[in-house]
Amino acid sequence: MGAIGRRSVLLGAGLLPLLRISGAAAQAPGPFSLPPLGYAFEANEPHIDAQTMMIHHDRHHAAYVANLNAALKDYPQVAAMPLEAMLGKLAELPEPIRAAVRNNGGGHANHTMFWGVMGGKGGAPSGSLAEAITRDFGGLEALQGAFNKAGLGQFGSGWVFVTVAKDGKLGLVARPNQDTPLQDGARVLLGNDVWEHAYYLKYQNRRADYLAAWWNVLDWTRIAARFEAAKAGTLAI
Amino acid sequence: MAFTLPALPYSVNALAANNMQQETLELHHGKHHNAYVTALNGFVDANAALQGKTLEEIVKLSHGDASLAGVFNNAGQHWNHIIFWENMSPNGGGIPGKLEAKLIADFGSVQAFKDSFKTAATTQFGSGWAWLVQGADGKLKTTKTPNGSNPLATGEGKVLLGCDVWEHSYYLDFRNVRPAYVDNWLNKLANYEYAEAQLG
Ligand SMILES: [Fe+2]
Ligand SMILES: [Fe+2]
Ligand SMILES: [Fe+2]
Repeated sequence: MGAIGRRSVLLGAGLLPLLRISGAAAQAPGPFSLPPLGYAFEANEPHIDAQTMMIHHDRHHAAYVANLNAALKDYPQVAAMPLEAMLGKLAELPEPIRAAVRNNGGGHANHTMFWGVMGGKGGAPSGSLAEAITRDFGGLEALQGAFNKAGLGQFGSGWVFVTVAKDGKLGLVARPNQDTPLQDGARVLLGNDVWEHAYYLKYQNRRADYLAAWWNVLDWTRIAARFEAAKAGTLAI
Repeated sequence: MAFTLPALPYSVNALAANNMQQETLELHHGKHHNAYVTALNGFVDANAALQGKTLEEIVKLSHGDASLAGVFNNAGQHWNHIIFWENMSPNGGGIPGKLEAKLIADFGSVQAFKDSFKTAATTQFGSGWAWLVQGADGKLKTTKTPNGSNPLATGEGKVLLGCDVWEHSYYLDFRNVRPAYVDNWLNKLANYEYAEAQLG
């Protein structure tokens, strides 16, 4: 039996459950809930496989949401804050929940952004976003090269992000674990998850191949909407 | 002299019956560990200050030095994985008498040791390692380190056991379920004979 067959059996899932649209995962009580993916698990095939999408969304992201809600259970004043405000004021949060909010709140924010910039067919941006990418990085190809290099250089689990300031200025940063530019009050235009769970079933140790392939599933229409929202001051996470 | 990838002390399918499949070991040893060795040798080739140093010396001198972060990551991971292969066994899980008595003395029971180790392993957020060490006071304790760090670098004691909790260690076999990987590791893979032999 080939590796993929063995994996399906191990998962105990078979193929059929992978074909449903996500969103039915159990929701823990609390202020936050797992957002539906917005497209089918197989929408990013062949670049990101459906099984990875399912586990990543329904298990990894769901766990960040459940753990965040659990951490906030006895802190109603923190629980009432918007996620981006919590992450932007980590140092002011009660010490007993600071690490849990950083890790799980960051995980919730990062993955919500991640699903929101994927599900497309790649290609290139147009209009003012394309102009900003040319101005700040020298073009899409130059951005991709620098971004993939930063993603490859992030040792261990983490993320690589393109940030966007209110004046439309773009930047590039990598962060460990579930840390996010939201902690610095910045906003994220797009970001890629380089935790091994994001690519191991399909790419194993070949993170560089995953980084290169990921651009093929971006939805530049939705990313352009994030760009406009960031400039308008209405982009939350 | 260049650092080299050590051979596994068992065949690549030797742990499959204990739930670490051949593909996991092939990738982990042949790709991940090998990449750390290659990267480390690249750093040593490029930096005369590292040449002629032992692996332990490189781990210690690069720890906490931001300008040597890449050196530390790869030297640490080389050191960690050398131990990792040695402290697993196809006949793992059985705890010999002298170590068992020491675990009971220092943790209260073997189960309390396993619970403590599992907590360290499952609360290491992101990539890293869980450890059983013997501290300078002679007592056994568990600890955890992120990414390529280890008790040699932190000075937390002599390593008896180290469990890799980077997702590459368990993703093919256990997916996102790290607690199940750690339970299996403690009960079916850990080489407690190796651990006992490290006791001071
Ligand atoms: Fe993720
Ligand atoms: Fe350290
Ligand atoms: Fe490893």
